[in-house]
Amino acid sequence: MISLAGRDILHSCSKFVLTGIGLGLLIGVTLSMAGIYRGMVDDAKALLNNSGADIWVVQQETQGPYAESSSLRDDVYRALLALPGISRAANVTYLTMQVRLGNTDVRAMVVGFEPGQPGEPGYLVAGRQITRSHYEAVADVKTGFQLGDTIRIRRHDYRVVGLTRRMVSSGGDPMVFIPLKDAQEAQFLKDNDAILNERARTTANPSLNRPGVPGLLDAILASQNANHNVNAVLVQIAPGAEPEQLASEIRRWKHLQAFTRAQMEEILVSKLIATSAKQIGMFLVILAIVSAAIVAFIIYTMTLGKIREIAVLKLIGTRNRTIAGMILQQAMGLGLIGFMVGKTVATLWAPFFPKFVLLEPGDAVRGFIAVMLICALASTLAIRVALRVDPATAIGG
Amino acid sequence: MKGFGIHIEGLRKRYGEGDAAVDALKEVNMTVAPGEVVGLIGPSGSGKSTLLKCLGAVIEPSAGRMTLGDEVIFEDGWKIPDLRALRRDRIGFVFQAPYLIPFLDVTDNVALLPMLAGKPNGEARKRANELLDALDVGHRAKANPSQLSGGEQQRVAIARALANQPPVILADEPTAPLDSERALSVVRILNDMAQQFRTAIIVVTHDEKIIPTFKRIYHIRDGKTFEERGLGAA
Repeated sequence: MISLAGRDILHSCSKFVLTGIGLGLLIGVTLSMAGIYRGMVDDAKALLNNSGADIWVVQQETQGPYAESSSLRDDVYRALLALPGISRAANVTYLTMQVRLGNTDVRAMVVGFEPGQPGEPGYLVAGRQITRSHYEAVADVKTGFQLGDTIRIRRHDYRVVGLTRRMVSSGGDPMVFIPLKDAQEAQFLKDNDAILNERARTTANPSLNRPGVPGLLDAILASQNANHNVNAVLVQIAPGAEPEQLASEIRRWKHLQAFTRAQMEEILVSKLIATSAKQIGMFLVILAIVSAAIVAFIIYTMTLGKIREIAVLKLIGTRNRTIAGMILQQAMGLGLIGFMVGKTVATLWAPFFPKFVLLEPGDAVRGFIAVMLICALASTLAIRVALRVDPATAIGG
Repeated sequence: MKGFGIHIEGLRKRYGEGDAAVDALKEVNMTVAPGEVVGLIGPSGSGKSTLLKCLGAVIEPSAGRMTLGDEVIFEDGWKIPDLRALRRDRIGFVFQAPYLIPFLDVTDNVALLPMLAGKPNGEARKRANELLDALDVGHRAKANPSQLSGGEQQRVAIARALANQPPVILADEPTAPLDSERALSVVRILNDMAQQFRTAIIVVTHDEKIIPTFKRIYHIRDGKTFEERGLGAA
């Protein structure tokens, strides 16, 4: 038996292909939306992997440093290093801000780290790691910065000496790594006018500026201008140590919050990007409904255009299931063309998205099954119409 | 070869019930022998289409008896179980317009019926090509229906009707869209095919050009048939 659906598709090839391309663009958008969600999850995991930490120690009663702000004194790491089972601990700061290059701003997460310690960019694609104590930076390639560029962060200029890749915040902003001291200053130090103003206020306060207590005012002013805070301490544990046990010891004895990798992943994926995930999920549902409506409308219209042929087919003894199969196959054929186009365009345009789009093969398989199911469902309306066609209409009268 | 002809006796068809009932066919009697071509003529509303639908096993008569060869198809409310298979295997249809399937080429339009009946594709196409050759359209076997002239399309439609070697062919105004020359050519072909395949052919027509060609004509008026000897040599 010949394939009636196949012959019809070949006969109206251009119509099918054009419709398939239209549907494919819609499917491409759907796959891209799924890819954006996957990219967000992957960014979050990359953020954790790239930090090189086993435990994140942050301010008590916060879920920092990524989901909430957190502030710790920068000597906390010393106390942590004294705990058995901890091999390395290092201060780190995170600050999302506009980094200036010439006349343009780039949204980036500025990371302050100590060279050679956890928090350092794991690998470089060009240039070198930071070797000087100040005013050097390593940037993710997504910032668009080049080696040798001079970028401005707050009051200081930094020279880009290295480029790295896939170093992004949970929000997808590329990272710029600078020395910890510079980052602390950028994050916590007030501007000159504010410092001047604060000094004047303190000096004018008689309880702080006591004539009989020499050195008090100077000490107070020095403490006001010092910046000894960091956002988190990244901890690497010794081989054989149990991260959950260490984290609970830190929580109990150091009066700090400590998260293991699993807990931090839970915060990032289930809390930080939960709203975005719901938003994308909603879009996916709407796109699926729109795709189904389009396929149903197209197949329905095509079936209406073949009512006479269907009546003739029924009159000459074609089984209902053959006719239903023809319409179903056409819908599936349309879905197949649409999916192929959609997958191709999603793959082609994914690199041009500003944030990472991760197209997973598993999502493609699930998408394909969903498209086929949607097409099968969408064809039921047309099949219903076709099966209702009276073969007598071919005879007329 | 089957070639048993068709016989109907006291056929009635009523639409609706009670006061709204309409008797479309009141008393229809008809016999067409194998190899014979008869005309069926009647004014609009006379019951032609209803009779054609009953003959084509598309609708069921309310009463009466219809036999195809020696097989009873309808008898006083009883019908054979599978009318679809009956239409596929034992009744050929030729319509006013050819109604060829536009997405199949000429060969497959004809071969579709044997394929639907379960014949292998190769065998069905061989049969289709034989019929197309017999109807002098074999040279257009690979063309699409839209590439054929009206006369060629109608010949392909006749080939399709003959594809399963049915004992009866119902032709519903097959010459209506054709000029005189082509209309007479179609009638000649129907006569030849009836003779060659021993098929009983009933031609419903208003076409005055071809009415004189029938040897026997059935008139239908107010749901009743009247037989008349025709002038034709058919």
